[in-house]
Amino acid sequence: MTATRKPAVDGVIQEFGANKTRLMDIVMAVQQRFGHIDDDAMQTMATGLGMHRVEIEDMVSFYAFFDRRPRGRNRIRLSKTPVSFMKGAKAVAQAFEQVLGIRIGETSADGAFTLQWTSDIGLADQEPAALVNGMVLTELTPADAPLIVAALRQPGNTGDLPPYPPHAAEAARLPKSTTRSSLIQTGPLLSGPLVRAAGIKAALTLTPEAVIEEITSSKLRGRGGAGFPTGMKWRLTRKATGADHYIACNADEGEPGTFKDRVLLSEFPDLVFDGMTVAGYALGARNGLLYLRGEYAYMWDDLQRVLDDRRAHGLLGAGVCGKDGFDFDIRIQLGAGAYICGEESSLLESLEGKRGSPRDRPPFPTERGYLGQPTAIDNVETLVCAARIIEKGAAWFAGFGTKQSTGTKLMCVSGDCQRPGVYETPFGITINALLDLVGAPDAQYVQFSGPSGQAVAPKDFGRQIAYEDLSTGGSTMIFGPQRDVLDIALQLADFFVDESCGWCAPCRVGTTLLKQGMEKIVAGRATLADVAATEDLANTVARMSRCGLGQTAPNPILTTMRNFPELYEARLAPTAFEPLVSLHDALREAVEIQGREPMPREA
Amino acid sequence: MVAETFHFTVDGIEIEASEGQSVIQACDDAGIYIPRLCYHPDLEPSGTCRVCTCKISGRNSAACVTPAAHGMVIENDTPLLTADRRRLIEMLFVEGNHPCPYCVASGDCELQALGYRLGMVAPTQPYQWPNRKIDASHPDIYLDRDRCILCARCIDASRMEDGKTVFGFEGRGIAMRLNVDAAGGLGDTQMAAIDKAASVCPVACIVIKRESYQVPNGERRFDKTPIGSDIEARRAGRKP
Repeated sequence: MTATRKPAVDGVIQEFGANKTRLMDIVMAVQQRFGHIDDDAMQTMATGLGMHRVEIEDMVSFYAFFDRRPRGRNRIRLSKTPVSFMKGAKAVAQAFEQVLGIRIGETSADGAFTLQWTSDIGLADQEPAALVNGMVLTELTPADAPLIVAALRQPGNTGDLPPYPPHAAEAARLPKSTTRSSLIQTGPLLSGPLVRAAGIKAALTLTPEAVIEEITSSKLRGRGGAGFPTGMKWRLTRKATGADHYIACNADEGEPGTFKDRVLLSEFPDLVFDGMTVAGYALGARNGLLYLRGEYAYMWDDLQRVLDDRRAHGLLGAGVCGKDGFDFDIRIQLGAGAYICGEESSLLESLEGKRGSPRDRPPFPTERGYLGQPTAIDNVETLVCAARIIEKGAAWFAGFGTKQSTGTKLMCVSGDCQRPGVYETPFGITINALLDLVGAPDAQYVQFSGPSGQAVAPKDFGRQIAYEDLSTGGSTMIFGPQRDVLDIALQLADFFVDESCGWCAPCRVGTTLLKQGMEKIVAGRATLADVAATEDLANTVARMSRCGLGQTAPNPILTTMRNFPELYEARLAPTAFEPLVSLHDALREAVEIQGREPMPREA
Repeated sequence: MVAETFHFTVDGIEIEASEGQSVIQACDDAGIYIPRLCYHPDLEPSGTCRVCTCKISGRNSAACVTPAAHGMVIENDTPLLTADRRRLIEMLFVEGNHPCPYCVASGDCELQALGYRLGMVAPTQPYQWPNRKIDASHPDIYLDRDRCILCARCIDASRMEDGKTVFGFEGRGIAMRLNVDAAGGLGDTQMAAIDKAASVCPVACIVIKRESYQVPNGERRFDKTPIGSDIEARRAGRKP
């Protein structure tokens, strides 16, 4: 680091009060300034924060969006999901490779571009999509690649690093930077009139205990997919002793195929903040934290504007809505590319500026969460529901859905269907009904609730979308008859390899071994014993992993094995044993170097 | 002050435990061996290896991080858990590079000893052959990351026992590695051979130089008795 950089890094540290729990922001700011975090910057941060260099590197090296080595000034991250691949992402990637003269994962010689794959960016209904310097581009075709690169190369765009979080004005200069509204069907939750702060005002006429009582009697359950009763979570948090209480909104919407939180945050941000404020009142919290996934950094400016406006209107700050003693504000914490941070205890670690590894429970976050204080962590959609419940009453809410699954669910539909997007549907509708709604008459199967959910075959399309039957966080990826089920299972297995945090052995090693097992199966080289071994391994990973990521990572394999045994059977090698690596593959490198195939064996 | 005691059962055997104990601590005291790898009695449990996972009141949980509670019903020594644990040990074997026949720790290695105890003949999973860095920069200690199983013992020992924070992790997922607190390697850190962190490694990732092979093969800890025998002896000794 040149001598001129140290003061800048020190300045960033001071900007965040030399508070090591703000390390995410500090690292992000340093990276924005210098493009990457080098050894000297880490040492400066360690000294300034009273930490060890190894602790800084532990955290920096964990997140996909932080770099320890210089990369291109412009970052092109292409969304890698089964849906993006179906819609042509590979051809788009090739077009970028050609225009830039580099391969995926590489940086151009002039230091202007780095081209990468990235995990799902929350645009499954508008794939192929990409993040370019944090800005979002949708429905890309190979023909767009040269235009995008040319726009990024325009004069004035050289030398300086592009702003991050990005500004809308920058995005407007790029082709394909307009996103379509994903909201296709609204129901009672999102239908008007939606009056800002209506939920807060209703809450303030009640005691905090009565607010929790109302949420409890509405039978609201967590919308992230786990379905924990929200009223109980709030009650446990409120009654837990601590110097402070916190409400954390989980906007780390990383489950491939999910994009409802993007819709809520971009089209209904006030409802989200209303929900957080209602929760803050109910819990006795003075601070709310919105954990926004790094992929959604392009919403940063707009969300900050909404927060500023709410402060100006007395909806945040001291004495919210004129209520004496109810002081509440909201801070947005931007993530940096890690699916695991959607797991609530990893989210807390990340909020505290650490690597996003899950915590062992107990203690639960309701007792010891953010900074060791009682914390309720709720999904974006859950908080929107809470705001509407307090506004319109528990009975209104419980009037929709089923007995055990009250209200509506935002279903995110993508893949082989005529009308992909977000649909607000009451709980209890069948998969068949949803498929009719979105125009998917010939679905071969549905990857339900994302990779961590299950592959649902047509025989189960009559089942209900509800906690008591098919529980979901909303992701619904539809695959038509032309799709290769096993190849999709392999892609989802690969996703978990990228996103395993590495803390526990079964998930860290098991996800890689499972992917390799699936590769052999998909290649038609697996024997019956290999398939059985992969299934055994999948079950071990599910049973032994520390957190939900590892416990659910084998689901795409296990549920396709269960529902499509005939497809696995059709791929079996006819032999009793097949080596892991074929001779041809083992010799590939040598063949490339020598430019000739090995001599065929003499007969 | 005497801590409150209570009881729970492991495979049908009643065990007495006191407030504040984890399941594994209470079982160790009672002479019931739960196979484990990353857990070390002197250190905070990190729960990285998951080998000590038991079925605790119907749910799989790691015994090292689960507080003991009255009335728990725990399954430990079952064919399914043994198979799962064996697969975990296999995973750790194929993840790194473990040349047992000539490894300095052979016979003294907790990973190897668990492989024997759990009936692992040879890994059935494909070797990953990772390329990992050796660090010989320290005058008295070398780091052979090929053997590292990312248990986090040295990280905790250095931070909490030695007050140094010499170690940490780097990267994530299958690319995760043990890292040291200096760009120049272990030799540039505060590490000393007498540190607790130098003595807690369950394998042979952290090795003291010039002390290897002083105990000949065949005479080492687990050459004589299987791993866990010391714990089981407590039960035999207490209740003949």
